[in-house]
Amino acid sequence: MIRMETENTQTTHQFKCPHCGTIGGYIGKPGERLIVTCVACNSKGRITIPGATQPQSTNGNAIEITHLRKLFGDFPAVDDVSFVVKKGEIFGLLGPNGAGKSTIIRMLCTLTRPTQGTASVAGYDIIKQAGKVRQHIGLVSEKMIMYDELTARENLKLFGKLYNLPNELLHKRIDELLSFVRMEKWADHRINTFSTGMKQRINVIRALVNQPEILYLDEPTLGLDPQSTAEIRELTKRINAEHGTTIILTTHIMFEAEALCKRIGIIDHGKIVALDSPANLKKLISGTDVTTFEIEIANLEPQMITAVQSLSSVKSLVQEDPSHLLVRTTGDDAFDNIIDTLRKKNATVRMVKNLEPSLEDVFLHLTGREAREKVSENNTSNARPRHGPGRRRAKRIR
Amino acid sequence: MSVKNVIRHSGWICWKDLLEFSRSKLRLIMLVLMPLFMMVMVGFIFPSGSTISDTPIALVNNDTGTLGSSFVTQLETINNQTGMMDLRSAQDFNDIKTKLQNNDINGGIIIPENFSSDIRSGKQGLITIVIDQSNPQMSLTIQAVLTKTIEAMGKQTAIYNMNSTFHVSIATATSMVTPYTVESKGIVPGEPNYFQFVAPGIIAMVVMMALMTGLPHAISYEKDIGTLDGMLAAPINRLSIILGKVMAQTVRGMIQGFIILILAVVLFGVVIEGNILLVIFLILLTVFSFVGLGILITSFTDKEETATMVMMTLMFPMMFLSGVFFPLQQMPWYMQGIAKFLPLTYATTALRKVMVLGADITAVWSDVLILVGFGIILLAIAVPMFQRAMSK
Repeated sequence: MIRMETENTQTTHQFKCPHCGTIGGYIGKPGERLIVTCVACNSKGRITIPGATQPQSTNGNAIEITHLRKLFGDFPAVDDVSFVVKKGEIFGLLGPNGAGKSTIIRMLCTLTRPTQGTASVAGYDIIKQAGKVRQHIGLVSEKMIMYDELTARENLKLFGKLYNLPNELLHKRIDELLSFVRMEKWADHRINTFSTGMKQRINVIRALVNQPEILYLDEPTLGLDPQSTAEIRELTKRINAEHGTTIILTTHIMFEAEALCKRIGIIDHGKIVALDSPANLKKLISGTDVTTFEIEIANLEPQMITAVQSLSSVKSLVQEDPSHLLVRTTGDDAFDNIIDTLRKKNATVRMVKNLEPSLEDVFLHLTGREAREKVSENNTSNARPRHGPGRRRAKRIR
Repeated sequence: MSVKNVIRHSGWICWKDLLEFSRSKLRLIMLVLMPLFMMVMVGFIFPSGSTISDTPIALVNNDTGTLGSSFVTQLETINNQTGMMDLRSAQDFNDIKTKLQNNDINGGIIIPENFSSDIRSGKQGLITIVIDQSNPQMSLTIQAVLTKTIEAMGKQTAIYNMNSTFHVSIATATSMVTPYTVESKGIVPGEPNYFQFVAPGIIAMVVMMALMTGLPHAISYEKDIGTLDGMLAAPINRLSIILGKVMAQTVRGMIQGFIILILAVVLFGVVIEGNILLVIFLILLTVFSFVGLGILITSFTDKEETATMVMMTLMFPMMFLSGVFFPLQQMPWYMQGIAKFLPLTYATTALRKVMVLGADITAVWSDVLILVGFGIILLAIAVPMFQRAMSK
């Protein structure tokens, strides 16, 4: 019915002729612009085959970051960061607030220009080919990218239109995405009538409207209630599994990173301090002297906590309930010291359990004292004052 | 990225902005109320013409003769017809002073003791008008009206006296007493009125205000709440964003401009003498001449609050120095000099020529060229600044 004037034959897409309404199939490379002739009414028109173009790189990496650096004034928010994110994985960037996670994401989204270094996203350079990069990414930022006065459908439509999706495809995509997060019933309700959890679901699918190869989730569960948090985590997994989307997730919640990510980069003070799978990261500290004890004390009193906390070998202490303490320690004599101290205070110790190392231990180990010392060694050559929100925590650990 | 794409994307951003705007009832109400208030306000706070009505005026008659009271009777008769004054009696000058200070009256008329005797002895009878110096606008009007009225009364008396004393006909007496008469004739029909003067300026100003306040607000607000990132991360030209915003704000400004136009015609009897299409073209040109300034301020202000402050600081002098409310010719030369650098001046002048005097494009082409010039220069500075600001 429709004759087309190109040799590239990769995918077929249906377009409606704007003059006579005849629907015809057009073949072309995704993202390609074609001049086609409608056989029914013989009118010529220009179409864009939807969908992502094939990335240029073939080495299986969705993102390759090389010596990326971002200075805000003198302060290095991101300090010589290099890593790769493999196609189809969920990659976690774990770090405290102000560690530089969001700045890395913003540079990868072409929202901020790196001071030095560069990165390739979906095979395109973030500086030289920013326009191409933008076609292949979806962003769920810390602040929701949605207009409250508009309905869910209108929000999705706006962004679909900014990605040049033709009407029919867009309507189909919007319906698919809404049913993907079970929000079909709410499609035509305004965003400001939604709960935070519902908003976040729409916010996530809004980033999927262009079927991005790479999805950035910047603290996606921040400020959500436990149920919505679980929903968004589940959704993250499903996007990765069902759409094959590569996901970079930033979080400061260890559990979230451990539960979702295949590989995790731990970032502190703008530097990647470790990067591996959660299991391998835990192995990092199996040979070290970091140990976590769960201690049950029948007559637990505040003064006992104070006494244990003041021990030099105790790195952190959390009271889990009226009788349980979670104590993270370093050094071989830590256990003896704690028990001695508790005895002196006449504590009735019912149970002491040596816990498996968690990601939290790894994090403290890496960003705590030892990591700090390494950092200061590295920086002796350039005596630059270090500041940033991470510093306060480091002091406490010291 | 093609021009077509830039325009298409900006169209969708404009659609979004207008949709958002239309969803807020309060904003819609304000959209209509603002021009209404504006028009009613400027229409009534500035004196329209030199007429007064029911103004409290104290009258002191100290005359010992009869001519004083006949003057009062004559004044009262005239006043009953025109309703200009609310005449109240007073004792003397000091009484008038107290009453003026208490704000009970707006002025006074004093007929002195020797009023009758002076006239009888062949001299002019003196009548004193007391004015309120704290209210220059009002005293000017009262002075003018009373002087005119009293002079007319004097002429009337003279004509009557000539008629009765020398037996000249009334017509001859009139032409002898007042040999000259004046008739005012405009180039378009109708009396000059303040609304007619101020409406074109207000239209230009409201369109400017909508754009100047709306544009930085729209951009910095989206920056603050984070939605701008969504657009910046999409494969669209940065220009689409600003163009879409400009389009939305222009539509808003134009709606307000038209509300003023309709109000001016329907409620205030303003007659549009020129071509309405030329009026619309000039309004759009006004927008074009201002867009650059709006974008410029948006580019170098990071927060909504800062942007609004900068806008307000720039907007108020522009409003008052561009001849919107007062004719430029009334201003001292240096102020007129400043006005020459404000695009609003040319927009107001051109709109006024077309709307009030029925001028066609040939009469305003120089204003049009200057406005185009302002637009091009400001945009040439603003667009690169904006592109840079958006990719920090």
